[in-house]
Amino acid sequence: MIHKAKSLAKSVVGKKSTVLLAASLGLGSLFFSSTASSAGLGVQQTSAERGQEIAFTRKLGNCLACHQIQGGVSGGNIAPPLVAMKMRFPDRSQLRAQIYDPRVKNPDTSMLPFGAHGILTPAQLEDLVEFLYTL
Amino acid sequence: MTVIKGKKMNHISKKTIVGLIVFGLSAGISSIASASPESDAKAFQKYFTDRFPQVPYDDFMNGAYTVDKAGRENWEAIEEFPPYEPFIDDGQAMWEKPFKNGKTYASCFPDGPAMAHKFPHWDKEKKMVMTLPLALNNCLEANGEKPMKYKKGDINKILSYITYQSRGNKTNVVVPNDPDAIAAYEDGKKFYFQRRGQLNFSCASCHMQNAGMKLRSEILSPAFGHTTGFPVYRSKWGTVGTLHRRFTGCNKQVRAKPFKAQGPEYRNLEYFLTAMSNGLELNGPSARK
Repeated sequence: MIHKAKSLAKSVVGKKSTVLLAASLGLGSLFFSSTASSAGLGVQQTSAERGQEIAFTRKLGNCLACHQIQGGVSGGNIAPPLVAMKMRFPDRSQLRAQIYDPRVKNPDTSMLPFGAHGILTPAQLEDLVEFLYTL
Repeated sequence: MTVIKGKKMNHISKKTIVGLIVFGLSAGISSIASASPESDAKAFQKYFTDRFPQVPYDDFMNGAYTVDKAGRENWEAIEEFPPYEPFIDDGQAMWEKPFKNGKTYASCFPDGPAMAHKFPHWDKEKKMVMTLPLALNNCLEANGEKPMKYKKGDINKILSYITYQSRGNKTNVVVPNDPDAIAAYEDGKKFYFQRRGQLNFSCASCHMQNAGMKLRSEILSPAFGHTTGFPVYRSKWGTVGTLHRRFTGCNKQVRAKPFKAQGPEYRNLEYFLTAMSNGLELNGPSARK
């Protein structure tokens, strides 16, 4: 039911709001909005939606472990909250690089080398950046 | 939040060692090789007493509950009916039950059972760090009995009994002026500050650098005081488990291949980590989330 609402909302409201709507409908829908259920309805996830899933999934980005993120629950306080991302990272390649290997900017970082250690694939990194730019 | 910015150590390259930076700030990078376990413990403890000035020194034996107020309330409620109590009782029965040859643990440990504070120590003869679980199994094998497993099972019962009897004694690991002992200690220290695993974390990443911070909704416990409460009834395990079981879990959590329980890596790590809590009372067995 949540996915039907999502696809309806998307056709009416547009990408960004759909992400917010999905978030407000409850985090559970995101964990279960896998390709299986989307494919069943013939609805493709947007890059930002996939990115949100990656950010909120413990075995993938697990970004909530350390960051507070709009739409996420119980984000940690180890790192800065992820807000105003376009303003903070006007250069997309810089944001991507920071996630790829944060040790470059800070050798003592607590952040994972998501790209350099193959925790996330290049495609996942792209989706994640798309999502971060909605924040 | 305290941010520790360190000097770049090019020859160590990717293996950023936070601890050297921490000790480096207080003792000078060049003097690391001559830093002693005593001065290390002092610097280590000062890091935490500075970071958490509101926590009394002795309270560090209570782990995350020194800084987690809500968690502490839950924990104090749990301590009314401690989940590790049955393990102490079972452990006492194990301690008292004669082996097939008629002897008991007391024949190996005449000073026992209040002896947890004597471990880990440097075994000069065997040239290795001797831990309590290893010593217990040595006693069993010397008496023709089957040794216990080191992470789960019966060992936790007898450890619970021994540590309960040992409560109140102070942690006092003395590293003798013996090159092999010092090497084992330094090995444990290096392990502690070494990043590992796909997730690239060292023990220090969470328990020093981010002690007191929240990982999701869990507060990261300070390393100072980590060893006093083992074995621990961990709610997550639904049972009592050993320190080396926890080491295994931590290594797996950062997607690093764990080492063997009671193998040299974890025994040396235990040696270093316990020495860093010198001065704190033993308060095992304990209950934790």
